[in-house]
Amino acid sequence: MKEQARQERIIAEAREFANTKIRPFAAEFEHTGILPGDLIKEMAGRGYLAAGFPREFDGLGLDPVNYGFFTEEIGKACASTRGLLTVHTSLVGEALLRWANDAQKEKWLKPMARGEKIACFALTEPDVGTDAKSIQTSYRKEGNTYFINGRKKWITMGDIADLFLVVAQGEGGVTAFIVERDKGGVKTERIKGLLAGKAAHIAEVEFNETQVPAENVITKEGGGFSYVVNTALDHGRYSIAWGGLALAVEATEAMVTYSRKRSQFGKKIYNHQLIQGIIGDAVTKIHAGRALCMRAGEMRKSGDGDAVIETTIAKYFTSKIAMQVAIDAVQVHGGNGCYDQYPVERIFREAKILEIIEGTSQVQQEIISSFGLRRYYRK
Amino acid sequence: MELNEKIRRFIEANLVVFEDEAEFEDDDNIFEMGFVNSLFAMKMVNYIEQEFGIEISNDDLEISNFSTVNRIVNYINEKK
Repeated sequence: MKEQARQERIIAEAREFANTKIRPFAAEFEHTGILPGDLIKEMAGRGYLAAGFPREFDGLGLDPVNYGFFTEEIGKACASTRGLLTVHTSLVGEALLRWANDAQKEKWLKPMARGEKIACFALTEPDVGTDAKSIQTSYRKEGNTYFINGRKKWITMGDIADLFLVVAQGEGGVTAFIVERDKGGVKTERIKGLLAGKAAHIAEVEFNETQVPAENVITKEGGGFSYVVNTALDHGRYSIAWGGLALAVEATEAMVTYSRKRSQFGKKIYNHQLIQGIIGDAVTKIHAGRALCMRAGEMRKSGDGDAVIETTIAKYFTSKIAMQVAIDAVQVHGGNGCYDQYPVERIFREAKILEIIEGTSQVQQEIISSFGLRRYYRK
Repeated sequence: MELNEKIRRFIEANLVVFEDEAEFEDDDNIFEMGFVNSLFAMKMVNYIEQEFGIEISNDDLEISNFSTVNRIVNYINEKK
């Protein structure tokens, strides 16, 4: 009970932090395209960049369910800030916790927790998205050094990252590496003109004869790539599941609040039954989404073998309801919903992204269908 | 339940094809036959660690260690 109380206190503090330090500035972050370094430092100082890491690696030691609640609090306030947690803490951090050797954990996890090193996940390429095995970024080995060449695209936090978890193809098979920016041979270029995630420092990354020592290989050459990538994406999907719920809840709160303040035809608009229908649907969706996220979290906590599929279902569902509820929230706001002085305009754009990242909804449907065709078959 | 049977059941629960279309012997390579995907590799490692209390080292992360029922069984027996 004491430990649960400690974790609940962290979530309550995160809510307060989000309310005072993130949400009021989310529009500004987007407008400037910058997630301020001071904010990242402050989050690191509070342990937020390692919220799910064990305490031995300077983490907050949140269990999967509480890490979900924590992600929700940050994600409600600003999707770009949540994006930092998704790639740095969930995708890269959890993949290293699971698969890095002791020396690698010692070298990278604590600096990541302290925010001295920001990490990103460099899998996607200009011509390769979901089909990860077809990647074109290549490596060759000379002595004890690997040389990496190629381009990665749509890399969240790529523009400010110090560490890149890179997947490349070579003679020994597809391999995962940690590339350190300060060792040279890495060029990043910010991608502009994005629909959303404008403060998530999304970049194209170029590796040009980038030298990586053999001790930066995660697991082993050839053998371990699919374990590293699948672990990273599984944690990424878990983060996005809560991120989707976060946007849906934020949109619901915005539409409910607006409907109680806005008057038309001489009465507050919540009195209109068609508005009540929209709100009723939104509330039902967020309760269902929360149930799925919590179930996935509990299964992850207990090490249940079906946690991966439950996480996929949660991600698929909450990213969809985030979009649906955001559309409705804009509708309830009328003209104001189409105006960037109202947060629902941003939520509407951010929600679309969640149906695409960490595996599109269509890929999730295939995975869920494959599971369902077996689980629900009667012999 | 015998170890072979236990492993076989886990594989059958995670096939990407239907179990009635997937006949395989204990020495058949289930990856080469297209019966499982790369996600299965991760699930199998997690399953072995959870179910048998074995910590799989990075050096053992060869798909070949987990590509047939017999190889998985041998691996578990060696590590137990």
